Amino acid sequence: MSVLVYTEPHHGKISKNATEAASYASKLAALLGTTATALVCGEASDTETLGQVGISKILQVASEGISQFDTQKLSKAVQEAVRKEMATVIVFSHDFSGKAIAPRVAAKLQAGLVAGAVSLPDTSNGFIVKKAVFSGKAFAHVSVTSEVKVISLLPNSFSVEKTGGTASIESFLPEIGKAGVVVKEIRKESTKLSLTEADLVVSAGRGMKGPENWGNIEELATLMGAATACSRPVADIGWRPHHEHVGQTGLAIRPNLYIAVGISGAIQHLAGVNGSKVIVVINTDAEAPFFKAADYGIVGDAFQVLPKLIEAYKQFKASNN
Amino acid sequence: MKLLVCISKAPDTTSKVSFAENNTKFNEAGVQYIINPYDEWYALVRALELKETLGGTVTTITVGKADNEPTIRKALAIGADDAVRIDAEASDALAVAKQIADYVKNNSYDIIFCGKETIDYNGSQVGGMIAELLDLPYVSLASKLDVNGNTATLERDIQGGKEVVETNMPFVISCAKGMAEARIPNMRGIMAARTKPLQVISGSEVSKLTEIVAYSLLPEKAGCKFIDAENPGELFQLLHNEAKVI
Ligand SMILES: Cc1cc2nc3c(=O)[nH]c(=O)nc-3n(C[C@H](O)[C@H](O)[C@H](O)COP(=O)(O)OP(=O)(O)OC[C@H]3O[C@@H](n4cnc5c(N)ncnc54)[C@H](O)[C@@H]3O)c2cc1C
Repeated sequence: MSVLVYTEPHHGKISKNATEAASYASKLAALLGTTATALVCGEASDTETLGQVGISKILQVASEGISQFDTQKLSKAVQEAVRKEMATVIVFSHDFSGKAIAPRVAAKLQAGLVAGAVSLPDTSNGFIVKKAVFSGKAFAHVSVTSEVKVISLLPNSFSVEKTGGTASIESFLPEIGKAGVVVKEIRKESTKLSLTEADLVVSAGRGMKGPENWGNIEELATLMGAATACSRPVADIGWRPHHEHVGQTGLAIRPNLYIAVGISGAIQHLAGVNGSKVIVVINTDAEAPFFKAADYGIVGDAFQVLPKLIEAYKQFKASNN
Repeated sequence: MKLLVCISKAPDTTSKVSFAENNTKFNEAGVQYIINPYDEWYALVRALELKETLGGTVTTITVGKADNEPTIRKALAIGADDAVRIDAEASDALAVAKQIADYVKNNSYDIIFCGKETIDYNGSQVGGMIAELLDLPYVSLASKLDVNGNTATLERDIQGGKEVVETNMPFVISCAKGMAEARIPNMRGIMAARTKPLQVISGSEVSKLTEIVAYSLLPEKAGCKFIDAENPGELFQLLHNEAKVI
């Protein structure tokens, strides 16, 4: 018995999502009285991170073409690692890659899958995992009855704990077969921080009146090291790129801090952001529904408040350095 | 080209989420069901566009009881040619995927479309599971799909960007924003939908491996603390000292 975690390096580094999944896997292994192994599909220069979060063994996949993403190849690699490690729980991040591979692995292994888990399982009576449902409006507690189980962990829902260990590294050469899907090109959306991995997000809506007014939003975000997001109508009318659209029909995000400027807080918008740890709302309308979901609020005109905030942040940063 | 679109119902996006029977069941009182937006806006509409330009048929498939028929009729009104309902409980994602995979084994299709996820259980599971059960290529979270002969070119969302990929038919795809624009059914479509074929078949025996034993709501917010708009700098002190997020 063991716990296996799938990791895929991002730009040659173990990603934040993968580190969270690895930390979760090692905590889970401790809970089950076993150890956790990480499968690393691609080249990473910082695999020691995995040992530091409690992984005891790394299987470094050396098969030709493993870093060319294909769900058929990658699910074969995972299956072979499961057999080798006699894994009974397989952990993924519920990110773009995990969503693509975890279902394949679960179907092949006849394993119950909990997609979007937010905490470690309760094993006091069976195996019950809490997951986010209704686009972040609620949680479901899912009992998994199969012998082998697959869990994909919602990004930003589990705090990484550095336990300070080291992992042994073993080269691993699974038979991965041919790719059914061939990667032709990778297009980076921008060099900026990716929204789903950002700890801080500054977001704006129709209250900004037009695309030419986003300068203050971008300036505040850049100063804070935050990613930018927007409401759906703003993306639909082309004021902002589609990949910034958050909400029920866009990206669901769970940053530590979500600052919403000129967004009313419609139920479909809240659905994608109410997993955020702290929400700040800036709106001219004191009755805007978003204030009900907020931790901090400023009733005021964004065009006046934002320049003041930018100045205040510069001072804050200067005095906290 | 034979196109199959997996359609699920989902509570209307404005539904109040609450639970009944000691927090073990979703409270359906007053809840309106719609076609899951990802299935409708992106998967179904893109399938219809491909049919219109390249020819072929669009069939929808739904696993579930008769209470799914209004949403199935809506999919027919938007333009699907016919529909299949597998009369079985949609007990968990793998159970649904097995029913659909069993159906496809006996009725081959060129492309099997799913939505990115349902807006109620947010699993993003069924497409990948169908692909594995049928040993087909799978492109998840695709925002673009073009077909040229037997080959398809797609874009899929990845961390911080997009990946352009190529695959051959048959394959499975899950559709995300960007794939197509929503269509509103017109009167002719609605009339025609009434008489379009909706075949009900009985499902195979499948067991479920997961079960929801309870629900809970998000913890209540303590309330909003207001900061003076004239002097908003206090915000950062609060975020630093009190909330500890910066
Ligand atoms: C099926 C469905 C799915 C949907 N999915 C999503 C989704 O995923 N994401 C999403 O965001 N929406 C979604 N919506 C749309 C949603 O219902 C709202 O229409 C949308 O979120 C409103 O965007 P907004 O807050 O930017 O604009 P508005 O509702 O127009 O709000 C603008 C706000 O700005 C404030 N304001 C105006 N001027 C200023 C100023 N100078 N300074 C400060 N504040 C100002 C106003 O008081 C107002 O509160 C969906 C809708 C449907 C039906």
